[in-house]
Amino acid sequence: MTMVADRPEWLEEAAVATPEFEKAAERAASRRGFLLSLPAYAYLVLFFAVPLGIVMIYSFATRNRFGGTDLSGWNLDAYRKLGEPIVRDILFRSLWLAILTTLICLVVAYPFAYFIATRTPLVRNLMLVFVMIPFWTNFLVRNYAWRVLLGNDGLFTNISEALGLGERELLFTTSAVVIGLVYGFLPFMVLPLYASIERIDLSLVEASRDLYASGFQTFRRVLLPLSMPGVIAGSILVFVPSLGAYVTPEILGGAKTTLLGSYIVTQFLTARNWPVGASLSFVLMAVMLVATLVYFRTGGRNL
Amino acid sequence: MSSTVQPRGTTKIALTAHSWLVYLFFFAPIFVLIVFSFSDDRNVGRWGGFTLEWYQDFVEHSQLQNAVWVSVRVALLSTVISVVLGTLAALALERFKFRGRKVFDALLYLPIIIPDVTMAVMMLLFFAEFFDILESVFGWDAQKGLGSITISHIAFNISFVSVVVRARLAGMSEVLEEAALDLYATRWKTFRYVTFPQIVPGVAGGALLALTLSLDDVVITQFAAGPGATTLPVFVFGLIRRGVTPLINATSVLMLAASVILVALSLAFQQFSGRGGRPSLRAARQAVSAPSTTNTQIKEGINQ
Repeated sequence: MTMVADRPEWLEEAAVATPEFEKAAERAASRRGFLLSLPAYAYLVLFFAVPLGIVMIYSFATRNRFGGTDLSGWNLDAYRKLGEPIVRDILFRSLWLAILTTLICLVVAYPFAYFIATRTPLVRNLMLVFVMIPFWTNFLVRNYAWRVLLGNDGLFTNISEALGLGERELLFTTSAVVIGLVYGFLPFMVLPLYASIERIDLSLVEASRDLYASGFQTFRRVLLPLSMPGVIAGSILVFVPSLGAYVTPEILGGAKTTLLGSYIVTQFLTARNWPVGASLSFVLMAVMLVATLVYFRTGGRNL
Repeated sequence: MSSTVQPRGTTKIALTAHSWLVYLFFFAPIFVLIVFSFSDDRNVGRWGGFTLEWYQDFVEHSQLQNAVWVSVRVALLSTVISVVLGTLAALALERFKFRGRKVFDALLYLPIIIPDVTMAVMMLLFFAEFFDILESVFGWDAQKGLGSITISHIAFNISFVSVVVRARLAGMSEVLEEAALDLYATRWKTFRYVTFPQIVPGVAGGALLALTLSLDDVVITQFAAGPGATTLPVFVFGLIRRGVTPLINATSVLMLAASVILVALSLAFQQFSGRGGRPSLRAARQAVSAPSTTNTQIKEGINQ
C-alpha cells in the first residue's frame, strides 16, 4: 500500500487510465483483424467448408435404384461397404504401394540429401535448383514422360531388348505405377531431408569418427537420430499424396492395379454410387489429417 | 568443413555416382520427351528425322487452343483473387488477435493437406447441389465451366498464397510499422509504404505458386469442369488415356517450358528479395513525411 502512495502523481494517473484504454485498443485491433480475414474466411466457408459438409452428408446417404442418391434416412451402409473384399483389396493395395514408394524415396533420397548438404554453398544451391525444377514441373507431363519411356516401342523397351533382357513390358504394371510415384514425389523427400541434415552440427559426425565409430555406426547413432524430423516430414509428404494418387495410376497402371483414387473417381463417374465414393474420400481425408497431426507433433513446422 | 565430415574414398565415389544417377532419373525422361517431340515418326519412341510438324499440329488444333485459353484465363483470374484474399488473411493472422482466429487458421490449412481426390469430390457434389438451388430459387440454369473451375482453384490457392505471405511476415519485425503509426501515418499509408514494400517478394512468390498450381491441376479441375470448358491439363489427360501420340509430346513439351519459365521467375524473385529484403527506412520515412490531417494531403502523400 505504501508503494502505491510513493508513486509520483503522473504515474498514478497513467496506471488508472491504462486498463480501459488498452481494452479498447485491443477490441479495435480484434475488429480490424476479423475484418481483414473476413473475405477469405467467408470464401473458404462457402466454397470449402460447405462442400466438405455436403460430402459428409452424402457418405451417410443411400444409393437408390436409379443411380441417384437419397439423402433421407442416414445410415452407415457406405462405410460398411469398405469391409467388402473388393474395396478392402483396393485399400490394402493402395496402402502397400504408398508404403513401398515412401521407402524407396527414403533410401534413394537420404544419401543424395547428405551429399548435397556437405557440398560448398555454391554447389549446394546449384544442386538444389536442379531438384526444384522437377519439383515445379507439371505433374501430368512428368508422368506422361514415363509413359513414353516405358511404352511398347519406347526407349526403355528397346534398350532392354538390345541388352538381351528380352521384351519387358513394364507399362500398365504395378512396377510402372511405383516408378511414376517415386519419380513424382522424390523431391518431396529430398527437400525436408536436406533441410534437417543441413542443420545438424557436423562436428558431431567428426567427434563420432574420432572416437572410432565406423561410418555405419556414425550414420546409425548420430546422423539418423538427428535427422529424424526430416525423415518423418519427408515420409509423410510422400506417403500422403501416394495414397490418394489418381493421375499416376491412371496413366501408368493397368486395369489390375486399381488404386483408391481411381476407385473413388469411378464411384462418381461410372458406377454412380456416390455414398460409397463420399465415404471413401472421407476415410482418405482422415488418414491425411492423422498424418498431418503427427507431422506437426514432431516439429515439422520448423522445417 | 573438416575432413571426416566430407565423405572420402569409396564412400565419396559411391555418393557422387548416386547423385548423378538421381539427376539422370530426374531429367532423362524429360530429355527423351523433348527429343522425341521433334521426331518425324508417328511411332513415339522411334527417331525419324527432325520436324516441327507436331508443334504445327498443336497450333492448328482448335480444341487444344481453346483449352489453352481457358487455362490461362482461369490461372490469371484465380491467381489475382487468391493473392488479394490470401494476403489479407496472412496479415490478419500474423498481425492481429481476433475471435475465431484459431478456426480460421485451421480452415486455411485444410485445402493444403486435403487429398486432391477428396477436394475434387467436394467440388462435384457442391456444384451439383449449388446449381440445383440456383435453379429452384432463381430459375437460373447454371452450367459447370469457366466459373466453377475458377471458384475451385481459388479455394485451394488462397491457402498456398497465405502460407507464403505469412512466412514473409513472420520473419519481419513489427518495429517499422509501429514507428509509422506512432508518427501519425494512417493505417492505409503504413500498409502502403511500410508493410507492402517489405512483403512484395512473398506476395510475388505466392502469386507464382498459385499460377503454377492452377496451371497444373488435373483432378479437381476435372470434377469442376463442364461441357462448356476444360483446361489444357484436363484435355491432355483425356488424350493420354486414349494413347500416346506425337501431338501430346509436343503439347507436353510446351507445358514443360511454361513450368520452367515460372520456376526461373520464382528463383529470380528469391534472389531479388535476398538482396533487397532489408526493411527500408526510407519507406517508413515516406509514409510519415506528410502528417495526414486532410484528404488532400493524404492524396499527395500517396502520389509522391
